[in-house]
Amino acid sequence: MPEYTTVFGSLERYEKGRVEIINDQAQHYAFSNIFEVASQAQPYEKIAVAKNLEYVVEVLRAEGRSDWFTATHDEFAVVMDGHLELHLVKLDDPASVVSPDTQGSVRLQGPPVGKPMGWLKLRRGHQALLPAGAAYQFLAEQPCVILLQTLKGPLTVEKWADICAG
Amino acid sequence: MSSIKASAPDTKTGYKSFELGRFSFSRDEYFVTVRWPAREAQLSHTLPVDAFLRALVRDVAWGFFYGWVNFDSVLGTRNRYGQVELYAGRYNDSYRDSSLDYVETFDTPEILATFKTMLSDWTNAGFDPFAAPAETGTAVFGKKNGSNTAAIERNRETCRRMPGLPGDASLRSDANGYPVNRAFTDVEQDEPEIHAEPGFENEVHAFNLFKYLSRSDVTWNPSIVSVCRNSLFCPTTEEHILPVIHGNDRVEWFIQVSDQITWQVSDKETGHPRARVVMKPGDVAAMPADIRHQGFSPKRAMLLVWENATPGLPEKYDSGELSPYPIEL
Repeated sequence: MPEYTTVFGSLERYEKGRVEIINDQAQHYAFSNIFEVASQAQPYEKIAVAKNLEYVVEVLRAEGRSDWFTATHDEFAVVMDGHLELHLVKLDDPASVVSPDTQGSVRLQGPPVGKPMGWLKLRRGHQALLPAGAAYQFLAEQPCVILLQTLKGPLTVEKWADICAG
Repeated sequence: MSSIKASAPDTKTGYKSFELGRFSFSRDEYFVTVRWPAREAQLSHTLPVDAFLRALVRDVAWGFFYGWVNFDSVLGTRNRYGQVELYAGRYNDSYRDSSLDYVETFDTPEILATFKTMLSDWTNAGFDPFAAPAETGTAVFGKKNGSNTAAIERNRETCRRMPGLPGDASLRSDANGYPVNRAFTDVEQDEPEIHAEPGFENEVHAFNLFKYLSRSDVTWNPSIVSVCRNSLFCPTTEEHILPVIHGNDRVEWFIQVSDQITWQVSDKETGHPRARVVMKPGDVAAMPADIRHQGFSPKRAMLLVWENATPGLPEKYDSGELSPYPIEL
């Protein structure tokens, strides 16, 4: 038996911490829990749990096959619970799909046109690069939780009052 | 060229003393004493040497970090990005209200050179100020006894895009000197399964972040593992107490990856307590731009610190152009 036990959270098992206010307002800390957020989310809804000007960290509940997404900048996905596949396609003409000045990820209207780049099997703790100009799709047989480092975009859902309650 | 003002080694303890502007620093077997001019007199302040060196090594390794690095409630530095303010009592009500506080500004290379020399002279063999106290023992105390250059010359591990990509930062393994830490022997060490088509081997990339963190050889010293323009994922492993009280010059966010850390949050200017934030796995919390914070981690924990490195942010928060709070509920 290891001397120490490392505790991670999951959709099935998480315990939310708390903010104890002394002389402040709780809302200043925008306190939430990614597993709680994912447990109440629609599949592949991109819910912001952290925001710093134009940048966001989003939580996605991965479940089933996602639409195809792309962005004009790198994004990074960390799997926080479960396991999934990530498929990548290098778009032949990214500018025809998304304007170069667009921030955040956008949904493709149909299958991507381009060369298959490859695919990855990811599980809890794995971090993947979603390269700029590539289309990506997730496939999760069981619900999983993804943390996405990106910019605020047209698909970003902000519902702070809901996720920071409780 | 910076000039370091150091004394000869003390004949009893073997340690040098240092002057930096009108500040002076000396150490004995257990304590560091800092002196500065106040009104017509001179004030002094005492810190335990182990706590002082743990704060000093991070201030040096981080290049004075974002904003304020408080060594304790009296002494600290403020990064002016090119220059650094060294202060005593400036962010402590009692000193400031009595006009006993003192601030002096140095060009960054000058203060860095003195701090590095002080760190080198005062760190004994066998003491690693980046390690958790349970890992490094008590060699910090007593008379001068050798040095530990390898431990104190570590810098923050940063990447340009993501570790493991060609030409970017290395991943951690036994082979390159990063064994799994004693507190993370139960963390799975598998790697992602990657199937790259020919020609895309350098773009289809992933790594095991939790494995990477389980092999960190330092505490309270964030690395950078992904760069999305000016958005930086800076995960770190934390055990015992954050040796500095970090004052924010911008908003930062914490995402608790494993175990538990409790944050004591105080007002940046006065040090008056404002909140305690108890973070468990999956919790997310903003650290506003007008606070200082110190973390307490009873078991080595994984924490994802999320930073915004956009140039010019401190001025925008200082002027009120940006709210110190990132979210309007």
